[in-house]
Amino acid sequence: MANQYDFEHKPDIAWCPGCGDFMIRKALLSALDELNLEREKVVLVSGIGQAAKMPQYVNTSFFNGLHGRGLPPATAIKACNPELTVIAVGGDGDMYGEGGNHFLHVTRRNPDMTLFVHDNMVYGLTKGQGAPTSRPGMETPVQVFGVFEKPVNPMALAISLDVTFVARVFCGDIEQTKEIMKRAIRHKGFALVDIFQPCVSFNKINTLAWFKENTYYLDDGWDPSDRAASFAKALEEEPFPLGVLYESDHRSTFEENLSVYKKDRTPLYRRSRDSAAVAAEIRAKV
Amino acid sequence: MTRTIDHDLVIVLAGEAGQGIQSIESILSSFLKKSGFHFYSTSEFMSRVRGGTNSTEIRVSSRRVSAFRNRIDLLIPLHAEAVAHLGNRVTDETLILGDKAAVKHESMIDVPFTQIAKETGSALYANTVAAGCICGLLKVDAEEGASFMYDHFSTKTDEVREKNREAFLKGYEAGTAIEAVRIQITASDTPKGEVMLSGSDAVSLGALAAGCDYMCGYPMSPATGVLQNMADYSKRHDIIVEQVEDEVGVVNMALGAWYAGARAFVTTSGGGFALMTEGISLAGMIESPFVLHLAQRPGPATGLPTRTEQGDLDLVLYGGHGDFPRVILAPGTLEEAYTLTQKAFALAEKYQVPAFILTDQYFVDTRYNVPLFGVPETPPDRHIMQTDPDYRRFALTGSGISPRGIPGYGEGLVCADSDEHDESGHITESMDMRVRMVEKRKKKHAALLAEAVPPTLSGADNYKTLVICWGSTKPMVAEALEELALPDVAMLHFSQVFPVPAGAAAILEKAEHIVSVENNSSAQFTRLLATETGIPIRHTILKYDGLPFSVEELAERLSSAVKEGK
Repeated sequence: MANQYDFEHKPDIAWCPGCGDFMIRKALLSALDELNLEREKVVLVSGIGQAAKMPQYVNTSFFNGLHGRGLPPATAIKACNPELTVIAVGGDGDMYGEGGNHFLHVTRRNPDMTLFVHDNMVYGLTKGQGAPTSRPGMETPVQVFGVFEKPVNPMALAISLDVTFVARVFCGDIEQTKEIMKRAIRHKGFALVDIFQPCVSFNKINTLAWFKENTYYLDDGWDPSDRAASFAKALEEEPFPLGVLYESDHRSTFEENLSVYKKDRTPLYRRSRDSAAVAAEIRAKV
Repeated sequence: MTRTIDHDLVIVLAGEAGQGIQSIESILSSFLKKSGFHFYSTSEFMSRVRGGTNSTEIRVSSRRVSAFRNRIDLLIPLHAEAVAHLGNRVTDETLILGDKAAVKHESMIDVPFTQIAKETGSALYANTVAAGCICGLLKVDAEEGASFMYDHFSTKTDEVREKNREAFLKGYEAGTAIEAVRIQITASDTPKGEVMLSGSDAVSLGALAAGCDYMCGYPMSPATGVLQNMADYSKRHDIIVEQVEDEVGVVNMALGAWYAGARAFVTTSGGGFALMTEGISLAGMIESPFVLHLAQRPGPATGLPTRTEQGDLDLVLYGGHGDFPRVILAPGTLEEAYTLTQKAFALAEKYQVPAFILTDQYFVDTRYNVPLFGVPETPPDRHIMQTDPDYRRFALTGSGISPRGIPGYGEGLVCADSDEHDESGHITESMDMRVRMVEKRKKKHAALLAEAVPPTLSGADNYKTLVICWGSTKPMVAEALEELALPDVAMLHFSQVFPVPAGAAAILEKAEHIVSVENNSSAQFTRLLATETGIPIRHTILKYDGLPFSVEELAERLSSAVKEGK
């Protein structure tokens, strides 16, 4: 049976041939299909960038907003209708750069949603400038003396903020990427999956081969529930660990904490304001 | 010599932040209204939590009052700097009353609030003594006042409540003993059943009545009152309230909420709005409803954070890159704030456009009694449809309005894209589609224009001079013109400033001389109005010192403006 998240007619995809995004898309389409979710209740949310075009190429509802601004609308969509499965997608620049403050604060709220970050260590859509995750030494048309800033470590950052599902995958392993995507979507609470991917046009250093050489899978026996150990693991770089570094169920979600859902799970759009209650509020001002 | 004050008393309380001006005002507003007096108050403060000098003006009147007066009949200074702070508002006619030992003003009448309070048990009751003294001057019923005080402090211990009662009566007695002034204000039943609200309250109640169920914001004076009101309502109504990390997050979160079918509301001031402009442009592109309240304060940049100005009209009018329709409402009265906030939601949702409510610090921090607001009998029309499998969010229609679906309601997919898009909401680079989408969005401007709130014309039917104003200056202009009682003068107040109502041109054309009043330095609305109507407006009365116009200042400047026009 055809994947209901794919299109009948092949969409005109704007990525470069050989882009890691194609592998991520393949994994995402399979993950969504295998999860057997009601398709009309899935919403993809993104900002701007090559990765942020993903929602355009998945046959679901989507909110493809502004650069760096995927997380605030995603949080609100889930909050206003907890029946929806909300997945935010973006690149390293979109989520860790322009949207860095939102990333920080979405972790405080802990909405029950998933974030996939395509991490290719370079800016693609704007053609090859340094990214928050660029490795030191990378020369670009802007970082002409080579990147010298310390790269963001999204895994360590997320664990330090007590994000309750923190994973890294490599898109070259589509099967593993898909499996971890499924776990992330099923996870209750905010889940981050940082996806290593090559940029064939602008990153000649961190290639498919480089990622293979500089990553390794966590042992089968890895215990992701020990936050301190996970944090120490997250600090490892070159080689970078792959897999679910940290997972916990000890935090309540944003939606669970909202007073509107304490007694009634109905999404906001199905409710209406009681005019007698408004009148009482006015009379209270007499 | 005894001075007589008839029907309209202006009291000013002035002191340090934290000294209790607000608590005296709060006691008086509730009790004097209950006693049948019309009540008005407005506050001005320095940008600090403690110290400095702040003041609150209170008008107690036999008739309805809603305008700021410069005149001070009765000044209650709470510290030594208070009298100087008010400058030339204090005249020989001003009766200064209070703790002479603390204030040290020579010609003041000594009513030792603190000493009386201490005799009652603690200096903490000084504010209650002061409130009692004012009530004594007004000759309201002493026993009613005392039991009101007792009830007012219902959360305190019985002893504290009893002491407040006592302090009030002692203050009352001191007030009745003052012979320098005789105040005659007629009480009536009208105010008793009315509501006492601030501008913030009226906007918030409007949002509540409009069914607002998602409120997000970032605290910024003077807009925070609305955020706090909505948070208070969320204890009793279904409203999600979230304080967001920054204003960029606020606008994008609100758009996500609208996309999911909520009725989201946002409150900010000029600086916050500036940060939101990219998101407002996004609302234009994805044709999302969006409702924002902007309480203006003087800029540029941080400006005067706690003062007032009408300087952000251009910002709201042009903020956001690209062309897209919008509507800007600017209430002049509490009733307008209540109804226009509801209207903003209705227009935003019907036309899928951003709608802005433009107030200012003066407006949000001013309170007076108004008749009970009515509540809409039927819930607002949501303009949301259940989607079918071939639903297209941006379907091209004759009106430019595409039926609005939301995700999860129906079998269709709802796709919103900040790029130019096709009817299904997917990215397009087709120039043909671009033109059709631009024209689609543009059509909504004409529809908004057709639904514009007409300006209010009052005064002489066959006017020669027309005085124009917008937003919060309305009551001051009206009272100034009423006092001047000039023949051949009319007043035109705009509570919708954009799109400029189509009927405005005909009203302007009839005038020989147009005078425009604005609380800013560059006559932003005057320029807009002249451009939109093609009628030049050369005479402006502007004010940009951070304070609102007073009735007196306007009367003087309008009087000379009218003479100049002749």
